[in-house]
Amino acid sequence: MTRGQWFLRGMKAGVPICMGYFAVAIALGIAARSAGIGSIQAAVTSLLINASAGEYAGFSLIAVGASYIEVTVMEAVANARYLLMSASLSQKLDSTTKWWERLLLGFTVTDEIFGASIAVEGRLSPYFTYGTFVVATLGWTGGTFTGAVLGNVLSARLLSALAVGLYGMFISVFIPEAKKNKIVAVLVAVSFAASYAAEKLPFIRDISDGIRIIILTVVISLAAAIIFPVKEKGENENEG
Amino acid sequence: MKGNVIIYIACMAGITYLIRVLPLTLIRKEIKNRTVKSFLYYVPYVTLAVMTFPAILSATQSPIAAAVALVAAILLAYFGRGLFFVAVSACVIVFVLELFTHPIATLASAIL
Repeated sequence: MTRGQWFLRGMKAGVPICMGYFAVAIALGIAARSAGIGSIQAAVTSLLINASAGEYAGFSLIAVGASYIEVTVMEAVANARYLLMSASLSQKLDSTTKWWERLLLGFTVTDEIFGASIAVEGRLSPYFTYGTFVVATLGWTGGTFTGAVLGNVLSARLLSALAVGLYGMFISVFIPEAKKNKIVAVLVAVSFAASYAAEKLPFIRDISDGIRIIILTVVISLAAAIIFPVKEKGENENEG
Repeated sequence: MKGNVIIYIACMAGITYLIRVLPLTLIRKEIKNRTVKSFLYYVPYVTLAVMTFPAILSATQSPIAAAVALVAAILLAYFGRGLFFVAVSACVIVFVLELFTHPIATLASAIL
């Protein structure tokens, strides 16, 4: 497949992400507005950061007059899961991927774009992810701007329907793999249960969403890696 | 707010970019260690599953509509439908169901 074909394929995968992002980003724009951030600045923040939880956390700290260091640390904590995602993505790239392609790819890693990229069969061309990003960020940046300018102009029901699309995407990434691999199926069930429990249990539920996601991901994935190491012959990568 | 918005945004963007780009640039070779390899193979599915449930239930106005969308999306994905179809179906299901569930929920809360 040529770079252009990868890019187009990525753009197609970006359409549902763009819709879901638009809905979620409206709420973000409203949060930015109440933190005293202008609509253009809010849109630029979204363009540069593309991280819902991180931006929310940042905006709320800015609103209460936190220091630059506090905001930076909060941002690192809220977005630390991208370390894991990028590490995972690094194994899906061809080793010939150039350094500047990697630098550009680093800019595009979000939960959803990562999900779409990891769902690609075999090796990943960074051009796929660039295509997804270009479309998705229209929704993300545009939604933030719309939220900051207009506030609650769209009906709550429409936003509600759009927001669920992001989860539909996640589901369409892990379910096909769970169908192929019974261990992944068990892990999905365990993850659902553990995530539900973590949201209800005292003390654990007070941990920020970002940290909770990291702890659960590391504990469950590490346990699975030790108990069920992936069989060497099962790792036949479909090259190209 | 105190301080400069531009500096705030620069701090946020800088740290977030570093987090994302370091593993991609530092890990250039295929990892050979079997446990690390297995760990990185499981990470995406576990993290996406953790982020989906129970968060999906509070993403919509009606948790019932979200629950139906969750089950439907799982079934559609299981029977081989692609990312776009599954995501849009989930949206449509919630939109249609909330036509019914939401007025009922509002009515119920008004009576109770």
